[in-house]
Amino acid sequence: MTTQDIVILDYGSGNLRSAQRALEKVGASVQVTADFDEALNADALVVPGVGAFAACMRGILEVRGDIIIDRRLTAGRPVLGICVGMQVLFAHGVEHGTMVDGLGQWPGVVERLVAPILPHMGWDTVRVPADSAIFAEVAGERFYFVHSYGVTTCDLTPHDLNRRSPVVTWGTHGTDFVAAIENGPLVATQFHPEKSGAAGLELLNSWLQSL
Amino acid sequence: MSMAIRVIPCLDVDAGRVVKGVNFTGLRDAGDPVELASRYDAEGADEIVFLDITASSGDRQTMLEVVQRTADCVFIPLTVGGGVRSPDDFDLLLRAGADKVSLNTAAIADPTLLSQAAERFGSQCVVLSIDARRCPPGVSTESGFEVTTHGGRRSTGMDVITWAIEGATRGAGEILLNSMDADGTKAGFDLELIQIIRSVVQVPLIASGGAGSLSDFAPAVDAGADAVLAASVFHFGEFTISQVKQALVESGLSVR
Repeated sequence: MTTQDIVILDYGSGNLRSAQRALEKVGASVQVTADFDEALNADALVVPGVGAFAACMRGILEVRGDIIIDRRLTAGRPVLGICVGMQVLFAHGVEHGTMVDGLGQWPGVVERLVAPILPHMGWDTVRVPADSAIFAEVAGERFYFVHSYGVTTCDLTPHDLNRRSPVVTWGTHGTDFVAAIENGPLVATQFHPEKSGAAGLELLNSWLQSL
Repeated sequence: MSMAIRVIPCLDVDAGRVVKGVNFTGLRDAGDPVELASRYDAEGADEIVFLDITASSGDRQTMLEVVQRTADCVFIPLTVGGGVRSPDDFDLLLRAGADKVSLNTAAIADPTLLSQAAERFGSQCVVLSIDARRCPPGVSTESGFEVTTHGGRRSTGMDVITWAIEGATRGAGEILLNSMDADGTKAGFDLELIQIIRSVVQVPLIASGGAGSLSDFAPAVDAGADAVLAASVFHFGEFTISQVKQALVESGLSVR
């Protein structure tokens, strides 16, 4: 088996070291960079993200991440979004009453969750559909979430012939929200697999194996 | 199913070394925070907290190296506090591999530090650590609890309720609530303190101070804590993380 070359897109968001080390732990070769060509040509691209939707979008656009992601997906090349890196893949995000454009890879709006306690912070279960690949080994496990926003209605139909039908995994915190999506080359998790202990590493390993 | 109650060991770190005795067997280096964090991770800790008690600011680099080495091998959330004075300190710790940074005295001196950090890095990584106690003679607050600084030695006269609300409003995404009265007593958590803070803020609440027996943890959760933190009972090997989780399960609570 050849080592997969992964790029973590470095656009100034949060703790990237953990994602790097977790992917290395499961056998990938990882670069943290904002270099356009490296990000475009890697075997897979990881789009991290913490904090505000609008700030992450600004950061991604500054490094032309929108173009990188679009070109990769058009060519069927893998992209993994994590946390806000998942949220920005949707069409819009609403924060403090203001709507911001996302990358629009999926229709849908990222909104503040309605729950007694926010952020949704800690280890929670998810509801995994039978045809999930990345959860195959870890469907009953808990994963580490930390977010106040999410996608609560998700009507994904394949709008791109390169993609298979989306497989949506749901979580619940006050309301149901999208915990993960597997959609051909585009995979994303609301939780942090790199912070989810052995279960998270196993999920990352399954993703690597699927590349 | 619901959220797992988080069980969190806290390690005091001075110049890169764990202080307070640690009574694990089989450790190569019982003073190495990285080895201890790995050990707690293996035992089922849901997060790790490092409190940097280094007096000299010249040793900040040592803490960053500890955080880096921990993030290299421990894949659960890591919170680091102590000596954080500016958004740039936040940035250094997050880049080193911390997931959350806790503020205590510095936020009291300059509450805008909370909002600055939340705007720049997101509320999810801003933890407000509050050292609270029942008002001593001569101090009076509406709730009967005041905020202290310098490890409980100095009074601020500020009501703990007022400070918790302000902290959450300014963007703290979590409150680490230390009872200075219960701390070190091993007589259980200060349940009244937990209840009053739970009733005024909507952010997650970590209860700290007073854990002495396995039966102390579930009442803290019933009082409103989302997570329970302890130090010496774990370090001295009085019981393990998994024993705490077992006790929580026996009380009908969910754990990982």
